[in-house]
Amino acid sequence: MSEREHRSPGPWDACAGARLHIVTGKGGTGKTTAAAALATALASGGGRVLLLEVEGRQGVASLLERSPLPHEERPVLSAAGGGTVSVLAADPESALKEYLELFYGIRRAGRALSRLGAVDFATTIAPGLRDVLLTGKATEAVRRRKGRGGRTSSAPAGSPFTYDAVVMDGPPTGRIGRFLDVNSEVAGLAKAGPVHDHAERAARVIRSESTLVHFVALLEEMPAQETRDGIGELSALGLNTGAVLINMVRPELLDDAGLEAARTNTLDRDALTAGLTAAGMSDPAGLATGLEDELHAHAVRAGLEAGVREGLASLGSPVLELPLLERATGERAVQHLAHALTEQGVGR
Amino acid sequence: MSPAHRSGPMDVDALLDDPARRIVVCCGSGGVGKTTTAAALGLRAAERGRRTVVITVDPARRLAQSMGLESLDNTPRRVLLPENTPGELHAMMLDMKRTFDQVVEEHADPARARQILDNPFYETLSTGFSGTQEYMAVERLGQLRESGEWDLIVVDTPPSRSALDFLDAPERLGRFLDSKLMRFLTEPAGSGPLRLLGAGVSMVTSVIGKLVGAQFLNDLRSFTSAFEAVFGGFQERAERTYQLLQDPGTAFVVVSVPEPDAMREAAFFVRRLASDGMPTAGLVLNRTHPLPEGPAARLGPEEAEQAAQALARTGKHPLAEAALRLHAERAHVRGRELLLLDRVLTAHPDVRVSEVAALAGDVHDLTGLRRIGDLLAGAGPVGGDPAAGTG
Repeated sequence: MSEREHRSPGPWDACAGARLHIVTGKGGTGKTTAAAALATALASGGGRVLLLEVEGRQGVASLLERSPLPHEERPVLSAAGGGTVSVLAADPESALKEYLELFYGIRRAGRALSRLGAVDFATTIAPGLRDVLLTGKATEAVRRRKGRGGRTSSAPAGSPFTYDAVVMDGPPTGRIGRFLDVNSEVAGLAKAGPVHDHAERAARVIRSESTLVHFVALLEEMPAQETRDGIGELSALGLNTGAVLINMVRPELLDDAGLEAARTNTLDRDALTAGLTAAGMSDPAGLATGLEDELHAHAVRAGLEAGVREGLASLGSPVLELPLLERATGERAVQHLAHALTEQGVGR
Repeated sequence: MSPAHRSGPMDVDALLDDPARRIVVCCGSGGVGKTTTAAALGLRAAERGRRTVVITVDPARRLAQSMGLESLDNTPRRVLLPENTPGELHAMMLDMKRTFDQVVEEHADPARARQILDNPFYETLSTGFSGTQEYMAVERLGQLRESGEWDLIVVDTPPSRSALDFLDAPERLGRFLDSKLMRFLTEPAGSGPLRLLGAGVSMVTSVIGKLVGAQFLNDLRSFTSAFEAVFGGFQERAERTYQLLQDPGTAFVVVSVPEPDAMREAAFFVRRLASDGMPTAGLVLNRTHPLPEGPAARLGPEEAEQAAQALARTGKHPLAEAALRLHAERAHVRGRELLLLDRVLTAHPDVRVSEVAALAGDVHDLTGLRRIGDLLAGAGPVGGDPAAGTG
């Protein structure tokens, strides 16, 4: 992906080497949308990327306005330049069955387990097991190489990876530390044996250079605060944090002087009224009063947003911005945002 | 521009003032402002004369600080309000392990309690178990209600994956603790009725043993026998505890924001409350973007956009052009919000709505919470005359 040369260094450069991208953020910041856009941007130019959903809420399906997706990797989005994004809505039960089959060769046991509600049971008495199964699924996809049967174990070590990158639409910031801290998660589980090995393999990938955790934030105080706290928490756990993705950024319509005038209610009212008259609006003077209020509220908010943006920039993580899309929804929105990320250097 | 509002705005003050109203539960999906709504309702109730306690589950220190408290714990702490305040406001943060410990200590003799509390599985159950937090919130609510000290208890529900988790928690916990599989695993080998199921089951136990470890199963076994001895059927207890939520003195406030996912969750919740016979006091719609009254409110997004484009072609009126573009964006946002609200109201025409317009900044202090309370009580555009009460 280095055909496009001689570009000035961008914020994403620091993240370009990673293969597992875990996306977190405060609830309501648009994690799923950002994760889908990131996956699509990473696939642009012919890449193969897996977008993995672990919260069991079918967020990707609802984002793309589709019916629920199965626990099965299938190509769902195409990216610029012939890339594809496959999506997997991972659920712990299927992951457990796969895992039993892989390690014990017992497919039948899986069915018996489901019938007796044993998977629910095991993941309930040991909540860490659920997280281990899901992080294990992500790291397995990262390590998987092309070969007969598509299994890591059956592919020769030198063959190319099945996916260039894996993007996980992860749990929200409040749960991400616990979710990824696989080692302590399994502390209460079997001290030896396949689960333990499985967890250790997952932990090695998650703690390696090739994994980055990205934070989705908004230009609002609370999401910014959670981003700050989350970066601190994950760094303390020894995990690598990646970029801060500021979502839903509005285009600025006024220049600095205009914003200042709007904020201090010193806009040129006559010019505004004249403009509205020229545009053929009825009751231009009345309309100007209303629009002035809107401009004032906008300028106050823009001032607060500038402060939040500064705070996010001072965290020392690369910062990327995703524009607010009022009109595009579904796949079109994802493509728009992916393009915005590509322009900021993602995927090159 | 006003939404198809079928049953009128939610009367927040009537809700808070009713002496028969003892519990208000704020529920909704994560990130919709439940905690702030609960705190604002609590403050308003206190300022209207009730002795109020707010139970929050949000560990964010910001909320504690906005009420002038350094931090919150499992015991209600009094919030310092102006001297002439007729009621009182207290606040606490749910400590689920501490609450669980208290429940155990209350019901078991000291020796048995130790046996339960020291078991490694108890640690998992009381801290990591999905459903424990929701269930313990209701246990704590029961304790406070029982104490008779409070006129009104306002509860903020845990940030679950789904808002419905709150209602499903006791069933989930009960189903688990009383499950056949649990009984089978915890009974001495080969003695339970399930042994008749034969090899299939023993293979299942062996697989579970491999997954979680033999020691873990032993801990689980001794835990359940001690727990059984103290609590009998857990599900029964859980169901009794949850009856509190169906009490006529309890009302639910569903909190949402005008985003598709949150509104879908809110609609689910309203439906579920109705089918469970729990009273919905109303829907709080946070962070909306109403347009200012007057000619601007009547200017639609397309018309504004076209006018802006016409001005752009002349290049002569940059200020009016920017103002029209900004308005087009806001009118579009507002239109979408009203559409989302209308969808919920079409399906649930009886739901009363209280709209809280997005504030420029976050809430940092009691003044901010009071302002939210004013908006909740009808200073918002859906709730009444937008010009009134904004000062």
